[in-house]
Amino acid sequence: MAELTLVEAVQCALARAMAEDERVVLLGEDVADDGGVFRATDGLLARFGRERVRDAPLSEVVIAGASVGLAAAGFRPVAEIQFMGFMLSTLDQMVNHASRLRNRTRGRLTCPMVLRAPYGGGVHAPEHHSESMEALFAHTPGLRVAIPSSPSKAYGLLLAAIRDPDPVVFLEPKRLYRAYREPVEDDGAALPLDRCFVLREGGDVTLVSWGAMLKETLAAAEALAADGIEAAVIDVATLKPLDMTEIARSVAQTGRCVIVQEAPLTAGFGAEIAARLADENLFDLLAPIKRVAGWDTVMPLPRLEAHYMPDPARIVAAAREAMRHR
Amino acid sequence: MADAAPDVDFTLRRAIGPDGEVVGPLPDVASDREAVTALYRAMVLTRSFDEKAIALQRTGRLGTYASSLGQEAVSVGVAAAMAAEDVLLPSFREHGAQLQRGATPVELFQFWGGDERGNDFKGPRGDFPVCIPVSSQLPHAAGVALAMRLDGGGRAAVAVCGDGGASKGDFYEAINLAGVWELPLVTVICNNRWAISTPLARQTAAGTLAHKALAAGIDARRVDGNDVLAVRAVAAECLERARADSRPALIEAVTYRLGDHTTVDDATRYRDEAEVKEHWPQEPIARLRAYLVAQDWWAKEDETRLLKESAEEIAAASETYLALDPEPPTAMFDHLYETLPPALAAQRAALAGGTGGDG
Ligand SMILES: Cc1ncc(C[n+]2csc(CCOP(=O)(O)OP(=O)(O)O)c2C)c(N)n1
Ligand SMILES: [Mg+2]
Repeated sequence: MAELTLVEAVQCALARAMAEDERVVLLGEDVADDGGVFRATDGLLARFGRERVRDAPLSEVVIAGASVGLAAAGFRPVAEIQFMGFMLSTLDQMVNHASRLRNRTRGRLTCPMVLRAPYGGGVHAPEHHSESMEALFAHTPGLRVAIPSSPSKAYGLLLAAIRDPDPVVFLEPKRLYRAYREPVEDDGAALPLDRCFVLREGGDVTLVSWGAMLKETLAAAEALAADGIEAAVIDVATLKPLDMTEIARSVAQTGRCVIVQEAPLTAGFGAEIAARLADENLFDLLAPIKRVAGWDTVMPLPRLEAHYMPDPARIVAAAREAMRHR
Repeated sequence: MADAAPDVDFTLRRAIGPDGEVVGPLPDVASDREAVTALYRAMVLTRSFDEKAIALQRTGRLGTYASSLGQEAVSVGVAAAMAAEDVLLPSFREHGAQLQRGATPVELFQFWGGDERGNDFKGPRGDFPVCIPVSSQLPHAAGVALAMRLDGGGRAAVAVCGDGGASKGDFYEAINLAGVWELPLVTVICNNRWAISTPLARQTAAGTLAHKALAAGIDARRVDGNDVLAVRAVAAECLERARADSRPALIEAVTYRLGDHTTVDDATRYRDEAEVKEHWPQEPIARLRAYLVAQDWWAKEDETRLLKESAEEIAAASETYLALDPEPPTAMFDHLYETLPPALAAQRAALAGGTGGDG
């Protein structure tokens, strides 16, 4: 079994999907000769040729919009946007079209496309290269939103996204692209797109997160364990549609929940999870639900970035606060 | 005037060739020693800035940086034609224009070093900061130009994008608005033939980028972007019409990106080194130096002195930049709104508490 980084796992899944289905087509800026600015499509031009691995002119609107057309006409486009900050101009295509084509035509035309982009901060990137705006897409009916937290999740979730009959926004935590390797079996096995994953069991407090923030969340769980507090850690993985089964099961045991997101606090995806718990699991709770999030500020440039990013200390503090309630 | 048919000219305007030889009509400034040496100084200063920025990035003291190596004549030539009260809306590669407009090297280092204060120019207060989302500043430029028109005219907005940037809807939409509302907007495409790894041939099937002006019904010019005299002259011509008659124009300046896309790019992955080598003899600084020397306006001592002065000015700016006190983390709250909404006070206090005070 190969040891892959997260970005290599993305590339491995893309290659697998292209090999098994000749209607999978890649398009995006610099995805061909350069192999993508993060090398996620490295080697795919050589293997699959310029018809299927296409350098697009510089226009996110046309990359997303052409993908809608390609998908409706029977292909399986996997489009790359270089950074999430540049996805904003695709909202018209994704929200007004990709997400609705099936509904508008009562299933006559569908949109099995994947829009991939790296998201998130912590790599000292330039302005507009560090945002976490998953909530924008998670708010959109008709879209799926998946965010892997590890190389093996990236492989399995991306394969699922490409095979899915509906549009999927696939956000890759760039901070983890090359952070570490783990064994990834290139067996073509997809992971479910409608389930959260339990990364760690624990009976005292449930920590819920997704994407890159699981690194800090797992570190916080370690720190809490050293103090005798057993934290469960849940990787949401698919934000839309959100399956609450695992979160609810864990909170029923612990009675405490801390939600960790890199995005700004207000109207972030954590609010949805908190609301669902308040709705459906209120009487399991021993303590108020806590959120650890980015501040409600513009994502700062690198000098102040570290002061923006939630860190294990803030997660630990929130968990301890929850533990005060018995 | 505004009713006059668009004045489009797709021939490449040139004044001096690679060896400083005269290859086209010389603009008036070409006989003004002061003015020509000022252009030369500005290009040399831009290159010194670039070199230092890359050195700082390589040693971890600056963020990702986009070098303008080889493109100095576009930046400097366009800005030199602007009046102080005009407004510049640059891409992320127009350091030469920003410096020429009076942004300081310290401010530019600060921005590229990841500190928002670098955008608070003490000099050109109306100029826009560097724009990272490609071409998204072009619609702003149309708005700035409309404001100028509504304020009585006599000024112009100048927006600069790349060859890649001319593929975006923002580009077409902005020049279309400028055409139909008769806005004093000069849009400059700095065509350096590459958009990261995408060569011009994969960016557009248009005959030239200047042809895009036809669809908007605005004036068009093409100019040798390595010839600062020609760039300055073409920009001046378009700016005069913009200021006097509210006539928009599109200028395609043809140059070449001699460096990597940015400090995180490795152009050898996708670009033949031979092509880069082929373009070096065209570069703008040696070309203008040859012209200066041919006029007997420039001796070896002048060159030595200028290189030394430029390097010293930039080195001093770099020292100043490196010695600046960091901003307090709470600054991220303090410029969000005119006054901090009470609802955010608790977050700001938590940040201040968590980081040992808000300085
Ligand atoms: C909207 C948008 N998409 C993608 C990017 C990433 N990106 C940065 S520069 C660049 C290429 C720009 O090419 P060009 O317009 O020719 O300008 P140049 O870099 O050559 O100066 C790309 C794709 C971006 N900054 N903005
Ligand atoms: Mg370019």
